[in-house]
Amino acid sequence: MATDIKDLIKWPDDGVSSIPYQIYTDPDVYEEEQRSIFRGPIWSFVGMETEIAKPGDYQTTYIGDTPVIVLRDLEGDIQVIVNRCAHRGNLVCIAKEGHTEELTCVYHNWRYDLQGNLKSVAFGKGVGKQGGMPDDFERSKNGMQRLKCEIYAGLIFATFSDEVAPLTEWLGPEMVENIDRVVGRGMVLLGTYSQYMPNNWKLYMENVRDSYHASILHMFQATFRLNRLSMKGGIKMSDGGWHHISYSIAESDKEEAEYDAKKLRAVMDGYTLADPTLVKGWREFDCGTTLAIQSTYPNFVVQQISNSLALRLCLPKGPEECELLWWVFGTPDDTAEQRDIRIKQSNMIGPGGVISMEDGVVGGWIQRGTKRDLGKSSVVLMGGRGIEPSGEGRATEVSIRGFWQGYRDCMGI
Amino acid sequence: MTMDGSIQLPNDARRQIDDLLAEYAHAIDDDRLEEWADFFTDDCSYRMINRENHEKGRVVGIMDCSSKGMLQDRILALREANVFEPHTYRHILSGTRITGRNDGLYKVETSFLVVRIMQEGDMAVFCTGKYIDEITLDGDRPLFRERVVVCDSNRVDTLIVIPI
Repeated sequence: MATDIKDLIKWPDDGVSSIPYQIYTDPDVYEEEQRSIFRGPIWSFVGMETEIAKPGDYQTTYIGDTPVIVLRDLEGDIQVIVNRCAHRGNLVCIAKEGHTEELTCVYHNWRYDLQGNLKSVAFGKGVGKQGGMPDDFERSKNGMQRLKCEIYAGLIFATFSDEVAPLTEWLGPEMVENIDRVVGRGMVLLGTYSQYMPNNWKLYMENVRDSYHASILHMFQATFRLNRLSMKGGIKMSDGGWHHISYSIAESDKEEAEYDAKKLRAVMDGYTLADPTLVKGWREFDCGTTLAIQSTYPNFVVQQISNSLALRLCLPKGPEECELLWWVFGTPDDTAEQRDIRIKQSNMIGPGGVISMEDGVVGGWIQRGTKRDLGKSSVVLMGGRGIEPSGEGRATEVSIRGFWQGYRDCMGI
Repeated sequence: MTMDGSIQLPNDARRQIDDLLAEYAHAIDDDRLEEWADFFTDDCSYRMINRENHEKGRVVGIMDCSSKGMLQDRILALREANVFEPHTYRHILSGTRITGRNDGLYKVETSFLVVRIMQEGDMAVFCTGKYIDEITLDGDRPLFRERVVVCDSNRVDTLIVIPI
């Protein structure tokens, strides 16, 4: 029996405004997270429905660090199955994606249908009546492990939990509304890439929820005088704080037009872009939202930065490494001009994004900064101690505290 | 046309192309990044994209500059705005072949390997891949009309700020 997590981690106070550094490095904590969070009462994003369009199409991915297969079975239904043969535990699908009529383990040719049911075992009756499986071996009890899954707006989620609420109920109405807005028109995948980071996965997810740092760490907009200080914004959080949206809104077309004029104007005492078309966009949403970063617990992100739309999934890869997967997309109704704008704005995001690249590096610096003082803890007091969302303003760490509320709920610490 | 599909060029054209490839790599490795945009024509295109996206015909990659101004903005952002741990590259180039010639533009492919050297001394292979270039020899000096940097791996370690 591993050490009880409550004995391992001494939480500094009763709340979520101080986080022990040990939590970013400890291998036992990492193991417990795989059990209590990634196999706990959460829905994990595992892929886009459009990427497995035809019966038999599959992709392989991970829930936490458990390998899973996401596929469309021959009836056209989506299935999420742990990528492990029931026989000896071998990976059944090796390729990142492909097409197959059945799941066959290459090691001993155990064959499963696309729902994970064991159909046959090589030499199950032996060879020349020698060997073979015992008479009491039941194929029906030796299938691959199939997980519960739900699809919303073309996003596939899966869970190990029998207790988690249905997906949209678990997300809550405000989270669902934003997914509808950003993803609900349909998705056309424009590109994918991965960013591998030398830090614990939670440091990246804190960064995603940290609306305080945005205009401070990321100097691109300030340097080129692209800040929209006049804009309204705030934080929305689901009940209990598990999910969040940080957003800003241009209140009128006029405000956006004025802003466009401003950003194209030469600034005498600052730097100006030689080619300001980089930040040229269009009013895509009637609500005027110009930025919305949404995270669903624990590690999935839906992003709208101007007209740059993306999904991100932060996969844990051991206590001190994580991999951020990106899906950059547009909509089926995009004009050629709109698609070009999305391509241009993609320069702002990702591992080489002029705005977001720094998010890839601060986590590693915290990892190095805290390594020798695991008994100490961080200060997360901006905007108070609780998880009450703020209607106005984004100079707050409230959604980071929401993340830790979800963490303590799942981990029982 | 040779057996591998490449074409033979007059020695002088081949030498100009080789010089351009080498000068470009040295300028980046020597931290003469302000010279980077001058290796391109005014109506240039510079894209960095991973092999999977490139082969699937997807349009979004890691960087996408569709004008010389955007190249200059990238370097200005690197110098004045972006936050990262100081590091340099060493480009190793090999296997340049000329794959075509259209309207005075030479189509050229070159393999590259980039080692990243961090300020504390850590050295690691950062990126390997292939340049797919369109080069013009019409002006005073050879220039890239288009440079597509196809990265072999989907992964970027931490961040990428210096162009390849």
